[in-house]
Amino acid sequence: MIKRNPLVLGNKTLKDVTDDICAPLERFPSKSWVAMFLGAKTLLLFYICILGAVVGVGIGLLGVTHPVFWGTMIVTFVFWIGIGHAGTLISAVLFLFRQKWRTSVARTAEAMTVFAVMTAGLFPLLHTGRPWLDYWLFPYPNQRGPLWVNFRSPLLWDVFAVSTYATVSMVFWYIGLVPDFATIKDRAKNKIRRSVYGALSLGWRGTAKNWSHYEMLYLLLAGLSTPLVLSVHTIVSFDFAVSNLPGWHTTIFPPYFVAGAIFSGFAMVVTLMTLVRIGFKEFQNYVTLDHMEVMNKIIMTTGMLVGYAYASEFFIAWYSGNPYERFVFVNRAFGPYGWSYWVMVSCNVLIPQIFWFKKMRRSIPVMFVVSIFVNIGMWFERFVITVTSLHRDFLPANWGMYQWSWFDTGVLVGSFGMFLTLFLLYLRLFPAVSIAEVKPVLHVGYDNEGGHH
Amino acid sequence: MAAQYTKGIAGIWDSEALILKAAAKTREAGFTKFEAISAYPVHGMEEACGIKRSWIPYVTFVAALIGGTAGLALTYWTSAVDWAVNVGGKPFFSLPAFIPIIFELTILFAALSSVGALFYACKIPRMDPPVIDPDLSCHKFAIFIPHNDVGYDEAKIEKMFKDLGANTVKKTEY
Repeated sequence: MIKRNPLVLGNKTLKDVTDDICAPLERFPSKSWVAMFLGAKTLLLFYICILGAVVGVGIGLLGVTHPVFWGTMIVTFVFWIGIGHAGTLISAVLFLFRQKWRTSVARTAEAMTVFAVMTAGLFPLLHTGRPWLDYWLFPYPNQRGPLWVNFRSPLLWDVFAVSTYATVSMVFWYIGLVPDFATIKDRAKNKIRRSVYGALSLGWRGTAKNWSHYEMLYLLLAGLSTPLVLSVHTIVSFDFAVSNLPGWHTTIFPPYFVAGAIFSGFAMVVTLMTLVRIGFKEFQNYVTLDHMEVMNKIIMTTGMLVGYAYASEFFIAWYSGNPYERFVFVNRAFGPYGWSYWVMVSCNVLIPQIFWFKKMRRSIPVMFVVSIFVNIGMWFERFVITVTSLHRDFLPANWGMYQWSWFDTGVLVGSFGMFLTLFLLYLRLFPAVSIAEVKPVLHVGYDNEGGHH
Repeated sequence: MAAQYTKGIAGIWDSEALILKAAAKTREAGFTKFEAISAYPVHGMEEACGIKRSWIPYVTFVAALIGGTAGLALTYWTSAVDWAVNVGGKPFFSLPAFIPIIFELTILFAALSSVGALFYACKIPRMDPPVIDPDLSCHKFAIFIPHNDVGYDEAKIEKMFKDLGANTVKKTEY
């Protein structure tokens, strides 16, 4: 039998695990955390001001104009929704496949999902231009007819897909946290801490009967989240694919979007995990280089999947014999937005190829830089799909450029402020590795049988 | 939920192997209402305690059916009955277009009902459950036998727990 590498380094005991994972919650924040938090929080305040202006004055502040009426808001929405997918993938799909390495990264990846979906959710709401009327998106008996929503519209499918995804991933995340909250409550040294975490733990007691139900629920939620995560990005891709616009109207979109989402999501997990490992030294024994390497392999695989999708789109544009389709793709690569296409191809297809080398897969600085490039590339992928298809359609009268304004930059950069503020608070307040899930895999790699369960 | 405490006796162990053995022995001794407490799901504990498979999947299945039907009913009734609007010449009951809604509602109902079922099964949320030992949510394991269990005899149970390797035995409530 092949000997497994230990999933947790340092020959930890059960008590060590609890102590290590609770340490960041129980000590005074470090200077670097405070510095990062102040930075992120300032960016969040800037974001609030920008959004305030965009709502107050109108979305004319952004660069959307004829013929490009979908801009930063939609591009960045698809980007953030995609980021979320790796979290559900790690927690649900890898759980169903019995991948034990997921235990160390699942919690943080799920947190990333929840915050990314929260960040993403704002965009379509603000993109309507009159966010105070957004409740019209929900089907409820009303005094306007009753005028019901149009269930044939992909934008309404989005409302259902994104809100279901947000709800289920939040519930999944929270259910995973409940036993750990009970652990923190029992360790609490002061009363406030005890009551807050006591309330969060819902009075969890950890009896065998409870665990039996709990494990079944976890399995069910994983089973429900797996098709859900695939459906969400599929439905987001329908926003484009269901239209008749050349460059959007393609059947490859659903799988291509899902692959891209996993790709960008894993890149974000690697970015965040590298930082978590640097910021909280005790986590280096839990999120090991082996974990990072596996994620880098997934990044490379999905990178090649999206590379295949780019190539196949080109092939079909030529093979279909449709002149509009062919024009869009030639224009995409060599037209006025050609630079963004090549940024996308270099970041998403070429740069991750470095992970063929084991040394690179296991180098923290290399993976950090690559993951940043992948995130840039994936933002540009959505930009390329949205803007290049819109800016020149069937009629030359509908040709124009996207008028990128600094409000667009503000919205894009500011959204990172919101995400990072939430994420940094999470790192200080919640256990960033699942205590109850790591304990059963402690012995993997240490015993002779290669670990059971 | 108001907390109801039950008096009883608890043994505390330090290792996973010992608690598994102890749980099996406690069951063999005829106790039926005992609880085995651990900080994480211990492999093999269900067999040792004789716990039946969880019934939550039945709830999930029924809730999923209800969710799917609700999605179908909502889209059908609003688009084809209550306020039928001709959108681009599409049929009023455009089933393929309604599939995403039906699918998402199926998942949503199933997931939330399953969580509700867990809450019901585990009797949570409840305020301030009694803590036998704070280390039980960290690295120790316990078996608690309530005073109303069959054949409850403190001296005998204490001896049994000690023989099974418990490092502490205490009278407590849970």
